[in-house]
Amino acid sequence: MDARLQIVAILGALGLLLLVLELVRRRALMERYALLWLLCSFVVLGLAVWQDALAVLARQMGIVSAPNALFFVAVGFILLLLLHFSAAMSRLSDQSKVLAQRQAILEQQLHELEASRAENEEPVMGSLR
Amino acid sequence: MPYRTPLIERSSCLAVVPAYNEEATVAGVVSDLRRTAPQLDVVVIDDGSTDATARCAEQAGARILRMPFNLGIGGAVQACFKYAHEQGYDFMVQVDGDGQHDPAEIAKLFRAMGESDRPDMICGSRFADATGYVAPISRRTGIHVFAFLLSRLLRQPVTDPTSGFRLYNRRAIAVFARDYPHDYPEVEAVLMLHHHRLTMREVPVRMFQRGGGVSSIGSGKSFYYMVKVLLALFVGLGRRRAVPEPGEPAAVAAESGI
Repeated sequence: MDARLQIVAILGALGLLLLVLELVRRRALMERYALLWLLCSFVVLGLAVWQDALAVLARQMGIVSAPNALFFVAVGFILLLLLHFSAAMSRLSDQSKVLAQRQAILEQQLHELEASRAENEEPVMGSLR
Repeated sequence: MPYRTPLIERSSCLAVVPAYNEEATVAGVVSDLRRTAPQLDVVVIDDGSTDATARCAEQAGARILRMPFNLGIGGAVQACFKYAHEQGYDFMVQVDGDGQHDPAEIAKLFRAMGESDRPDMICGSRFADATGYVAPISRRTGIHVFAFLLSRLLRQPVTDPTSGFRLYNRRAIAVFARDYPHDYPEVEAVLMLHHHRLTMREVPVRMFQRGGGVSSIGSGKSFYYMVKVLLALFVGLGRRRAVPEPGEPAAVAAESGI
């Protein structure tokens, strides 16, 4: 692999790694969602630094040019991350559904309770007047 | 206050009317219900409407379950199952807010529920009998595909699995309070019930063309509807349990502690 390309790959992976860590430090990214990103940047960084491993991987997969194997791995991670987000989103929408239902039921019961209390209090108010 | 029913005097049967932007028809449905079936408590689920649906329904004398945002028919109806379950209703009947279902037919559903084979859910079917209802062609094809599949899976004739005119008993309410499909729920619900070894029956009913508003299934969405329900049916067959039990990790629906 060309030395320039290797430098770009290493810098890119390192940049991603630092960015993820920084976001976790600032509490802008939950650890739960940072794990897959960390794994991704570690693997890409490892393959960019350790050229022999990348060459072996490329040969095993039948990829002629080693840098393409790096792209392949990176794209694989992106797909995995996207799927992970879809799953997280499904979970969130289910949670918000449960919350909305609970809120609606509570609101109805509160409304009814207030109505029945107003009904009970009315004669008392009348006698005061 | 229009809440004429105090907490103690409750009927044992709840009528629920899901409505999303149905201000034109919902009041008529509620007053029809109260006239033809005065023994029912009526709840209108306002599924995040942007029009006066809730106000119209309240003035017509219904209780309102107002969703903070549009959940879709599945989530909205499930809220009613939870409500009915918690309030201890024995039966729940579901009537669309668009005036498509005839409240006078509810008596038929109850008669079928009382028969000796003790079904847990009664569906009002447009096709079990010649009743003069004509659905749009795109819809009819889908309905017949689902009807065919469900009839095979349940080993009993199912003619109108997309009908939302249904009566549930306590056991069905308990199952659906715990888990109910998200969007386009009717077809999957039949299968879920079957997996729980609960039974359903159809009775022929008369239905009207929609009185106003826009159906939750536009023509463009018909295809998505087909694919989504087919996916749900076939993936659902691979589940170990149709409805998650409380404590199981997978679904959030099971965490709500019902």
